Amino acid sequence: NFVMALSFEVLGRFNRARAAQLTLPHFVCQTPLFMPVGTQGTIKGLTTNQLEEIGCQIILGNTYHLALRPTSELIDELGGLHKFMNWPRALLTDSGGFQMVSLLHLADITEKGVTFQSPVDGKPMLLTPEESIQIQNRIGADIIMALDDVVKTTITGPRIEEAMYRTLRWIDRCIAAHKRPHEQNLFGIVQGGLDPVLRDICVRGLVDRNLPGYVYFPSMNSVHVQGQNVIGLNSIQPFRIYAIGGLAGGEDKDSFWRVVAQCTAALPEDKPRYVMGVGYPLDIVVCSALGADMYDCVYPTRTARFGTALVPEGVLKLKHKAMADDTRPIDPTCACMVCKNYTRAYIHCLVTKDAMGSQLLSYHNLYYMMQFSRNLHSSIIEGRFPEFVCDFLQKMFPKGDVPEWVCNAMEVAGIDISSCCAPCPSSQD
Amino acid sequence: MSPCFNGLVMVSGGMHIPLVLEGPSPKTISTIGGLHQMLGLHEYGYAAVPRDSIQCLPECSSTNKMGASFETPCGRSLIKPVEYIEMISSMRPNLWTTLADEVPAWVSDKRNKTSVDRTVKWLDECIAKSPVNVAGGAVFGSIVGGSTIEERQRCAQEVAVRNVSGYWIGGFGLGESMDERPPLLNTVTDKLPEGKATPYFWALDYQNLMNLLEKPDIYIILLKGRFIVVEEILQGVAAGVDLFDSVKDTTPIVEGCSCYTCKNHTKAYINHLLNVHEMLAQILLEIHNTHHYLGFFHSIREAIKEGKFEQFQKKFVQSRRDHLAASVTSV
Ligand SMILES: [Zn+2]
Ligand SMILES: [Zn+2]
Repeated sequence: NFVMALSFEVLGRFNRARAAQLTLPHFVCQTPLFMPVGTQGTIKGLTTNQLEEIGCQIILGNTYHLALRPTSELIDELGGLHKFMNWPRALLTDSGGFQMVSLLHLADITEKGVTFQSPVDGKPMLLTPEESIQIQNRIGADIIMALDDVVKTTITGPRIEEAMYRTLRWIDRCIAAHKRPHEQNLFGIVQGGLDPVLRDICVRGLVDRNLPGYVYFPSMNSVHVQGQNVIGLNSIQPFRIYAIGGLAGGEDKDSFWRVVAQCTAALPEDKPRYVMGVGYPLDIVVCSALGADMYDCVYPTRTARFGTALVPEGVLKLKHKAMADDTRPIDPTCACMVCKNYTRAYIHCLVTKDAMGSQLLSYHNLYYMMQFSRNLHSSIIEGRFPEFVCDFLQKMFPKGDVPEWVCNAMEVAGIDISSCCAPCPSSQD
Repeated sequence: MSPCFNGLVMVSGGMHIPLVLEGPSPKTISTIGGLHQMLGLHEYGYAAVPRDSIQCLPECSSTNKMGASFETPCGRSLIKPVEYIEMISSMRPNLWTTLADEVPAWVSDKRNKTSVDRTVKWLDECIAKSPVNVAGGAVFGSIVGGSTIEERQRCAQEVAVRNVSGYWIGGFGLGESMDERPPLLNTVTDKLPEGKATPYFWALDYQNLMNLLEKPDIYIILLKGRFIVVEEILQGVAAGVDLFDSVKDTTPIVEGCSCYTCKNHTKAYINHLLNVHEMLAQILLEIHNTHHYLGFFHSIREAIKEGKFEQFQKKFVQSRRDHLAASVTSV
């Protein structure tokens, strides 16, 4: 008779792809789903009313930023982050480790935890797995993340292995420190860089730890999981870095999908799989085809800040001169408030000088991502996922020049995309 | 020229648009169907004026007989009456003011005189050139005259005999002292016919506004709400409430306020947003402040209608004093 913090019910499948219902303490979510990043308890000038209107299900908060300001103690005192920011739906917080390693040059990782220089007074500070969980317990999100040993992708050799084993040791400390397992779900993180062997060891290590936690409901195709032992999946930094710089190179993308494919194949069928830091619609289609369920990325809102709108054809640069006289909406097929009310010409004049430009674009871009997730979900349920994928690829690559890594991944996923690929001499079949 | 997001902000009343800021071309605005269409706020009234008090200021040294010059974030820009009318025609506002040569308080009498001559001349040109059926909106004649009673009088007399729907009293907020304003304003309104609307246009705080409202027959149909709001936001103040002090305060900005911000958010949250420089702080404050100002003007209108304006003013000034005293003692 215990309270469950999460249930995950697969409603439909297409080969490896799944559409599921993820029930969290604050919201019943439909997957695949995209989580917008609200670093400091807000997203780009959008009100929480608007975020609901857009269809956001889970918002991601950054533990590192929130712990600095307004501090997790204050959030706790005022009743948790949901109440603080007046967001009735689900929240997720990261462990804070990634921010420290990526934002602070002086971060140093030992068995104890991550030592970093305080941005407030410059003094050395230590973030242990226990502390990360305590902070996240105070913030009170529906999903919290275990502290992992984050390694820069440029590093190779034994350090990767060390980080993987340390991440496994730290998850035990996180599990032990977790004080609110009935209200918050702790996600473990798969590490191991781009090395399939290490990834495999890590996945198995996490699955082993998971065993005592879950209970099968024999009548349904669903599994209810007790809070602390749910597995997540992290293909970490390279993809965050791509999202920020848009620097994805062909061979990197190939390792990316292979890692995702390997992890999704090894992880239990009945648990949600979260690919952190992935946010390009194309990457999401590929990961979903391979059986991933959850994504987060700053891409839709960050790209809005630079005047870029997401559209079925790819992107639309609102700063471009041609937009100055264009009286069409951003995307004539989009039903969002921005596309119903504003022209490209008006947004063009805003994006260059007014914060409202990026706010309108953030609204549209997030709506686009949510609509995109809903379409993924329903196409899987209705058994027309391959048609959805082909339609998506056709709009994005009208000449049929679908990147080879996408073709390769779709082959592994068992999705026939030949109808939207131009015959390509380099592709082997 | 940010309109309010998703209709959240404006609950009633008008909106002010500075024209000179670089925006879509008149032709594009016209194709879109005017301001109401472009801003997606169909049910609101729009007033078009050539300037505002923050981003688009009259620059009298570059103004010449051809047209009025403005200092904008996109550089200096000279607008001729004919171009101005083209803008108005494309925007289709509900009301618009004629082009004025506004000068600061310190200019010579000669320059001030010229500004009145030009403003009256441009008024005639604007009316002559405005295609009645296109612009549509009501024309408000601009009145200037700097800090000289005689010139203010002369300008008001000239404009009063023109065929306009109302009057726009300009040339304030350009270096004159606060004490100078009421007599200058009285001089002008004395010369204007009853029964026509007269917006007075300058960023006022409450105190100043009340000082100016000695003559309750002045119809304030438009005051630049947004920019007062912005100035206060910059100081972290929401209509007199200091938010920088509210780290743990879980009450709304104003208890019982029916705006979106107060119904949904605490001072503590807004304080956090201000501290971390998040855009939502400004959005929420703008929603509350605009709501607050519109409500304030509603109360003024009601007080005038009921003939109780004097009491209203006294009560208001007293409450401001109490508020100030309270904030002094709390420090
Ligand atoms: Zn849209
Ligand atoms: Zn309010």
